[in-house]
Amino acid sequence: MLARTMDPAETHGTAAPLQVVSPPPASAEALAALQHSRPEKLKGWAAVHAVLASPALPMRWARRILALSLGILWWHLAVKYQLNVIVKFDNVSSPAEVWASFIKHINGKMYFTHVGVSIRRIAIAYLFACAIGIPLGLLMGRSRIINDFIMPYVEILRPIPAVAWIPLAILMWPTEESSILYITFLGALFPIILNTVAGVEQTPEVLVRAARSLGAKQRQIFRHVVLPAALPNIATGLAVGMGVAWFSLLAGEIISGQYGIGYFTWTAYHLIKYPDIIVGMLSIGLLGTLSTLGVQAATKPFLRWQARAR
Amino acid sequence: MMNILTAPFRKATSSALAPAFSTWREAREGEIVIDEVGIAFGPEGKRHIAVSPTSITIKPGEFVCILGPSGCGKSTLLNAVAGYVKPTTGRILLDGAPIDGPGPDRGMVFQQYSLFPWKTVRENVAFGPKILGRFDPSPEATADTLLDMVGLAKFAGRYPAELSGGMQQRVGIARALANYPRVLLMDEPFGALDSQTRHVMQENLLKIWAEFRITVLFVTHDIDEAVFLGDRVLVMSASPGAIIADIAVDLPRPRVPELAVDERFMALRRLCHETIRQESMKAFEQQNT
Repeated sequence: MLARTMDPAETHGTAAPLQVVSPPPASAEALAALQHSRPEKLKGWAAVHAVLASPALPMRWARRILALSLGILWWHLAVKYQLNVIVKFDNVSSPAEVWASFIKHINGKMYFTHVGVSIRRIAIAYLFACAIGIPLGLLMGRSRIINDFIMPYVEILRPIPAVAWIPLAILMWPTEESSILYITFLGALFPIILNTVAGVEQTPEVLVRAARSLGAKQRQIFRHVVLPAALPNIATGLAVGMGVAWFSLLAGEIISGQYGIGYFTWTAYHLIKYPDIIVGMLSIGLLGTLSTLGVQAATKPFLRWQARAR
Repeated sequence: MMNILTAPFRKATSSALAPAFSTWREAREGEIVIDEVGIAFGPEGKRHIAVSPTSITIKPGEFVCILGPSGCGKSTLLNAVAGYVKPTTGRILLDGAPIDGPGPDRGMVFQQYSLFPWKTVRENVAFGPKILGRFDPSPEATADTLLDMVGLAKFAGRYPAELSGGMQQRVGIARALANYPRVLLMDEPFGALDSQTRHVMQENLLKIWAEFRITVLFVTHDIDEAVFLGDRVLVMSASPGAIIADIAVDLPRPRVPELAVDERFMALRRLCHETIRQESMKAFEQQNT
């Protein structure tokens, strides 16, 4: 019965002829009017808001600079009027004092020695963390046995903060310098390992199958499928690792050592050079941000395919 | 019934690729013999039978569709031919040689988009020849020829994510063909596409098949698709997966969209429909007793 109603031979004779109605085409004037139309003009507060909320890049930078300016203004006023609500501002240096101190330092030599020593420590420790963390993460992602042997260490050691490592690091390593490097290295290592493992593990199985059916052997699958699939995660791990490296370095430098931007900040407190405390802190913030941006810029060329997808 | 279709049609096709492919086309390779193949999963005592012992022979150059509801084991059977799944019993032969793991002699097209997102369209298609490295002096040139054939030459430099779903599947087909396989295995390749795109893709695929004259094993749950594409439709039933009907589709080629209102097409469709329905009813009754 179902079949009979589906049969076109049955319906051809009885059905009414099909009707097709074409709507009239748009007139040339109407099309031209649409073509030359302008976006709606905003008035009053809506127009002001549209400018302030503009997504254009210059406007975004203007907003960021405005935000920082407001913060500095607030800081200035809080110091000037000795604000004393829970936290005390009477011993805090003003923006002008900090700026003057900063200018004095960049005309001298010592400040750059401290910055240079810190950057050197970061560079060495971070390179070691990459050289060990990425291959180890790749192996752990590929082999369940290696993963089971190493992951317990990662999980137990990872939550130990850098500060807690300092006594043992000083006892274990021959020099103070090497113990600081070790603490910095550990800080960068764990995020790099964990993100690399996650990247490898989330490789889509269908891509591995596709590669196998195209004739790829294990090594080629690793090189052409697993590694590129893990790259976005590895890049994340590298950026996070850089942040944690600074974090750990500063802990090491504050407690031991004779140079470095952390040492600089801490001695400023002891020597009652209060503006230098803030010079040191802001230097750390700036160096950390710049080095993370540097890592992101360095990994970007490998992730071009991802940018195109968006 | 097969001969009516293939004999005159084969002569009529002229192909730009003919010189490159003529050698293996005349060799008449691509015979698949599925010999008493059964597939079971799970621990002892709780074995789940995915495919009950099945025997099928697919001739070189034949287009065979495996039709069945989801979960009936049709993809498992295809994966066994692909070499991803090892048959529990029986054996699978490709031109007389037993299949041992996946290989470039069988091109695979997946349901999900399976292009490498970090490779351009051209690099995706050239991947196979490049990996094999011995036969093809210029993988990029092969890739461009194949992309031209699926109508995507202009997109060779793009990344997969910049392409629509239908375009990605066309690249997938081109990639699977780039190794000059003897067999093309397709696992519901058009299942995720909208129906307009799907129809265009089906015609496209038949044109490619007419040029290559390659054996195709095509898994689908869409009755119309199976009848429209195949020389044969193997109807598979669920639990435990078994071929319950081998239906010869003696429709003329090239198949055109107008076939959808052709009486023979509709009769075949009805036959498939009835076969599946009876089987589902049986399964339904068994579940309720």
